[in-house]
Amino acid sequence: MMSTSKIPDILQTYEADLLTEWHQSLATTHAQKGLIKEAELKEECREFLKLLRLAVQQGNLTNLQAAEWRELRELLTSISRSRSHKGFTPSETAIFVFSFKQPLFDRLRQQLHDPTELSQEIWTATTLLDQLGLLAVEAYQKAREDVIRRQQEELMELSTPVVKLWEGILALPIIGTLDSARTQVVMESLLQKIVETGSEVAIIDITGVPTVDTLTAQHLLKTVTAARLMGADCIISGIRPQIAQTIVYLGIDLTDVITKATLADAFLMALKRVGAAITRNQAK
Amino acid sequence: MTMPQSETMAIQVSADVVLVRQAVRQFAVELGFGLVDQTKIVTAASELARNTLNYGGGGTATLEMLQENGRRGLRLTFEDQGPGIPDLELALKDGYTTGGGLGMGLSGAKRLANEFAIESVVGKGTRVTIVRWK
Amino acid sequence: MERIPILQMGDFLLVTIQVDMHDRLAMTLQDDLTNRITQTHAQGVLIDISALEIVDSFIGRILGNIAKMSRVLDAETVVVGMQPAVAITLVELGLSLTGVRTALNVEKGMALLQAALHATATSSFTATEGLSNDDAAV
Repeated sequence: MMSTSKIPDILQTYEADLLTEWHQSLATTHAQKGLIKEAELKEECREFLKLLRLAVQQGNLTNLQAAEWRELRELLTSISRSRSHKGFTPSETAIFVFSFKQPLFDRLRQQLHDPTELSQEIWTATTLLDQLGLLAVEAYQKAREDVIRRQQEELMELSTPVVKLWEGILALPIIGTLDSARTQVVMESLLQKIVETGSEVAIIDITGVPTVDTLTAQHLLKTVTAARLMGADCIISGIRPQIAQTIVYLGIDLTDVITKATLADAFLMALKRVGAAITRNQAK
Repeated sequence: MTMPQSETMAIQVSADVVLVRQAVRQFAVELGFGLVDQTKIVTAASELARNTLNYGGGGTATLEMLQENGRRGLRLTFEDQGPGIPDLELALKDGYTTGGGLGMGLSGAKRLANEFAIESVVGKGTRVTIVRWK
Repeated sequence: MERIPILQMGDFLLVTIQVDMHDRLAMTLQDDLTNRITQTHAQGVLIDISALEIVDSFIGRILGNIAKMSRVLDAETVVVGMQPAVAITLVELGLSLTGVRTALNVEKGMALLQAALHATATSSFTATEGLSNDDAAV
């Protein structure tokens, strides 16, 4: 089919030189950013080159999904992930691969004198490295997406915990903006906890909510109404002056809703509601 | 057991409304709707089925599983050959404060669904279609 | 004809709805309850809907009617055990069930009925009546 490529031989013979040239070109740009140690960079290059050589020596230079390319793919994925965590841009990550073209092409030009053969090999080399470069960028993207998703999950959990303050009293401190999807989740989780714990009072604290628009206010009201239908009362606490103004300005009717300025006030009210009280010990 | 992609049921007696609810529930579960979404669509179906029975003089309910643009949904169509609704706009107003009847069912179902469509011709009948997407 | 059983517990009547009711069954329940209250001079009615997965406008109206009729007959009604999904759907529907007192479970519902029995008319603290912004009196 295809005549055997000379690339494996060149990688074998000139590995050390290729490594040095490649590493040099990378080091200058990378050093500016100071995001990676030179020793680490050299090690990455060396490993990449080694696995590249091993893979091309198997004879298949086009299908990178084949088994012989697996180790190199894994290495590249790992390098890309590390780049994304370190703060490199996607381009910088791709350049790690693309910058290898120059040293490789130089060697090809030196060793191959037949124009047809030379152009064939350069084409093979460039398509190969392009694929590897794209792989690197994709791995980088995926690493970024994973981080974002994990952060979102953590934020979701952190910002909507339902806490039992006392027998029969739950608190839901909300942090951040309430969008439609999140409010549904929050609402359902609160109502579920009310049933599970048999709590008659739920304090929804919105100190950590920067702004309230009509939709958010409606969602809050729906939660309060639903809890009421089930047989529990909600107290909304932590309404900041700006939010109070917004609510009035938007014409939202809170007359049926119990509100308290602070979580502490709400807690005291809730305690009374469940028939408890806090007393101070008489000192000595 | 896999559900059929669509099913048509008769609504002729009070017990049929319960059967419609149960069928809608099964379809919704099969489609992977969460509990709250299931409750909403089954409640909407209950309202509309009742209207078909009490106001439309009986009719049919058709349940269809939908797959569009990568999302799944449930379409319910309620048809009758009853007297039709003379003033649709009035009927769709939130009529629950006036004691319910037709008004409550239609506006309620509309709020519980993602899509709502109604056709009614006086003397011919009524068709209400609602869709809820996952 | 099938009917929903009504249990008598001292001064109260207890109804547990466990089936998906069709309209006629619900109306029969309404009639039966009204009759039983009169027969037994019951002071309170507790309706347990914890097994009800659907409460639509009709059932909602029935519950409201039962509450009103009981009150006329000098008995209080409490509906207990509403599932969260049902509550959310009712809110979306716009059904407010005004006039129907609710509690989280049978135990709390009973406590409510007992308290109502021994209390004066004004000191009720049920959810649906709406609390004023002052601290609620217990």
